[in-house]
Amino acid sequence: MEVFWYIIIATVLAIFFILDGYDFGAGIIHLFFAKTEKDKVVIAKSAGLFWDSNEVWLVAGGGLLFMAFPIFYASVFSGFYLPLIIVLWLIVFRAIGLEFRGQFDFQMWKDIWDKAFGVSSLLLALFFGIALGNVVRGVNLGSTSNGVSLHEGHYFFLPLWDSSFSPLSDTPGVIDWFTLIIGVITVVALAIHGANWVILKTESSINTKLKSVIFNLNITLTALTILSLVVWLKINPEAMDNFYDKPYFGIFPLIYFIGVGGLFFVKKFKKDVYPFILSTLVILGGITATLASIFPVILPSTNDINESLTIYNTATSDYGLSVAVYWGIIGFTLLIFYFIIQKRLLGGKIDHMDYGH
Amino acid sequence: MGLSLIIVYFKWQYLRKKVEKFNDAAKFFMKIFAINFTMGVVTGIPMEFQFGTNWAKFSELTGGIIGQTLAMEGTFSFFLESSFLALFIFGEKLMGQKLHFLTGFLVFLGSWASGYLILATNAWMQHPVGYEILENGTFVLENFSALFSNPWLFPAFLHNQAASVVTSSFVVASIGAFYILNNRDVEYGKLFLKTGVVIGLVSSLLVAFPTGDWNAKNVAKYQPAAFAAMEGIFETEHAGSEIVLIGQPNMVEKKLDNKIAVPNVLSFLTYGRWDAQIQGMDQFEEDVLPDNVPALYYSYHIMVGLGTIFIGVMGLAVLFLLLGKLYKIKSLLWGIMFLFPFPYIANITGWYVAELGRQPWLVYGLLRTSDGVSPTVSSGNTLFTLIGFVGLYILLGLLFLVLVGKTIHQGPKPQIH
Ligand code: HDD
Ligand code: HEM
Ligand code: HEM
Repeated sequence: MEVFWYIIIATVLAIFFILDGYDFGAGIIHLFFAKTEKDKVVIAKSAGLFWDSNEVWLVAGGGLLFMAFPIFYASVFSGFYLPLIIVLWLIVFRAIGLEFRGQFDFQMWKDIWDKAFGVSSLLLALFFGIALGNVVRGVNLGSTSNGVSLHEGHYFFLPLWDSSFSPLSDTPGVIDWFTLIIGVITVVALAIHGANWVILKTESSINTKLKSVIFNLNITLTALTILSLVVWLKINPEAMDNFYDKPYFGIFPLIYFIGVGGLFFVKKFKKDVYPFILSTLVILGGITATLASIFPVILPSTNDINESLTIYNTATSDYGLSVAVYWGIIGFTLLIFYFIIQKRLLGGKIDHMDYGH
Repeated sequence: MGLSLIIVYFKWQYLRKKVEKFNDAAKFFMKIFAINFTMGVVTGIPMEFQFGTNWAKFSELTGGIIGQTLAMEGTFSFFLESSFLALFIFGEKLMGQKLHFLTGFLVFLGSWASGYLILATNAWMQHPVGYEILENGTFVLENFSALFSNPWLFPAFLHNQAASVVTSSFVVASIGAFYILNNRDVEYGKLFLKTGVVIGLVSSLLVAFPTGDWNAKNVAKYQPAAFAAMEGIFETEHAGSEIVLIGQPNMVEKKLDNKIAVPNVLSFLTYGRWDAQIQGMDQFEEDVLPDNVPALYYSYHIMVGLGTIFIGVMGLAVLFLLLGKLYKIKSLLWGIMFLFPFPYIANITGWYVAELGRQPWLVYGLLRTSDGVSPTVSSGNTLFTLIGFVGLYILLGLLFLVLVGKTIHQGPKPQIH
């Protein structure tokens, strides 16, 4: 049961990152590359039409996590209090940037909300990446110091950063050079994904240029990935053990590398949807490979006193988990159904679609 | 939630009568709904996160139970709403009128299902059912269906939905009065006003009776300490309790100042007998009484007072509507136009009653609010983030007003491109 819900929740959250990921990415592209008003409108629209239905996946994923692994939910959400609240603020800013830019027709108003959309998308991508970095690096569970836990073993509190800025410190903060690398990787990956989305959904004048941008970003992504693997092994020498023990887990990193490899041919593809699928694979593979490397742990402990949080020691009762399967089946069938209808209706290029409620 | 019902009503009238203005009305209010929806999404996500960030201990202990209803809300209602809202707004031409009505109906269904599930969550905190407490204090689910047959849930849901219809019908009527008074879009103005006051009267009646009364009986039965504080009963009367219309709680002398009250009515309203005994606050230990009695008492009286006023004003409006004079009485139109903020106040005070009345408990009688907080988050951090949220929400509120104002200003007539 625990494994089942773990897979479901990981899937829901991965779908969130794939779907809302292109909105974040479109925001990053918007920030750096959209110059003409027409492109700005179209790129904002390519995210604006979709962000709220995409964000529902986050809402659902959060609810399911709360239901199935309440101890994990409580521990992680209170422990990462500050970064999470910042994420919430950014989510609000991004949404109002998207919804309100088109409401009044004067330049300063539009510029303000364009920047709000772009900057908050960029920072959200960065923070989500940093969060992922924190999960694999682990935290000082129980806030131990000198061998004594200040809190119950599954609680902790992280400052935004620790003055040493190092993941190897006894009391690492949310941001250190390792999590920052993962954050930057996420920004790059989502920028690629967003660029693919813009190419797929719009006829913006920068589409051809974006292909070279993707190519260059992909080189950066490859370099950063190699760098991150090296430092990761340094921080956690056992990071690869799961893949030796269960070779079929290798599928997840494989998905990632297929995506990255394929993206080098971005200029060759006839259809715009292929590179988009490849960047989807990058995100999917990146998330699943990271989770698989620590499975069944979901938050490693960096001290020897308190044990890591796993899907087993944070789950609710078996009854609760199994009763949820019944309504879950109905719920997910409906979800897939809505998703198909919606994508059909809003398929194709969106340049001429009437947006603005 | 209320507005989605009214939109469905307009769209349905259009299907029946095929008069364009009903369709325009449905689409006009869907624009306003969409603005509300955006606000709901961006403020709702913090609500969900906040369980974990600020109430970690509470989440840890009860997540296995209230997580069920919250997760169901995410998977069922929000998806339903957000998918079909997009279809309603963009898909009219593609789908034809019948399907377009259906999408509107599904948006309505989604938002009411969402209200039901969030109230199921709240009802469990007010009156916990279907749980088992483990040795380490964790609540685990023992009976899933009990969450939905909770005796607290159904009255609270109906009351809350009726109140949401009050709110939106008052907004509809207010916009109608605005158009008539400004002598623009008068045809729509009349439609909005008429629809608004009729639905407004019906829902105002429903909010008071049976749903409000029913809620009050539930509080008296399951949370007698909260009931005593709401009603301002400091001392238990042996032969029937009076109902207080006006008075200010004096917490030092433990009595009401400047009291105006009608004898025995409260006993009758609560138990159907004029001489039934109602426990006063003197019957309870300090540590199980709500910690802010005056706020609770005032909130309750403001809500009920406003509810009574609503019935009066809407009753008058409907009377004049029947006499055919409503559109001409300027003073009444001005009154209706400025009435729209008050249902919001009634709703907020209503939630204050529910939530302050539940204090000092998070889960009534079982888990104290002070035991539910996040053990590792310091008060400095919560203060800092609270101030941040206040600032952000003020910005949101202003933008909301500007946008709704702009939509009203553009008017319900379809724009020619
Ligand atoms: C337009 C808004 C509105 C109006 C006019 C009223 N209410 Fe109300 N009331 C609400 C909006 C509301 C609410 C915000 O929706 C609450 C909060 C919790 C809930 O379920 O509904 C509520 C709660 C609430 C409770 C508390 C339930 C609890 O503790 O959980 C009682 C006893 C009443 N109401 C009773 C009444 C009565 C007797 C009214 C007579 C006119 C009345 N309300 C008018
Ligand atoms: C702690 C309690 C609550 C939580 C966790 C919560 C959560 C949420 C979330 C996550 C959304 C966004 C939905 C989306 O993404 O589509 C939302 C929207 C909304 N919520 Fe809440 N909510 C809570 C309480 C309430 C209450 C008390 C009301 C009203 C009585 C309410 C009314 C709404 C409305 C009207 C929306 C707008 C969109 C919609 O209906 O989906 N919520 N809420
Ligand atoms: C708009 C509607 C609501 C308002 C205005 C409101 C307001 C309040 C108030 C005044 C308190 C008491 C604070 C105190 O005395 O410490 C409170 C507590 C609480 N409410 Fe609500 N509430 C609303 C809806 C909800 C809903 C629907 C839920 C559950 C799903 C909920 C969950 C909580 C929790 C967890 C607490 C405990 C924390 C606390 O005491 O502050 N609230 N709320």
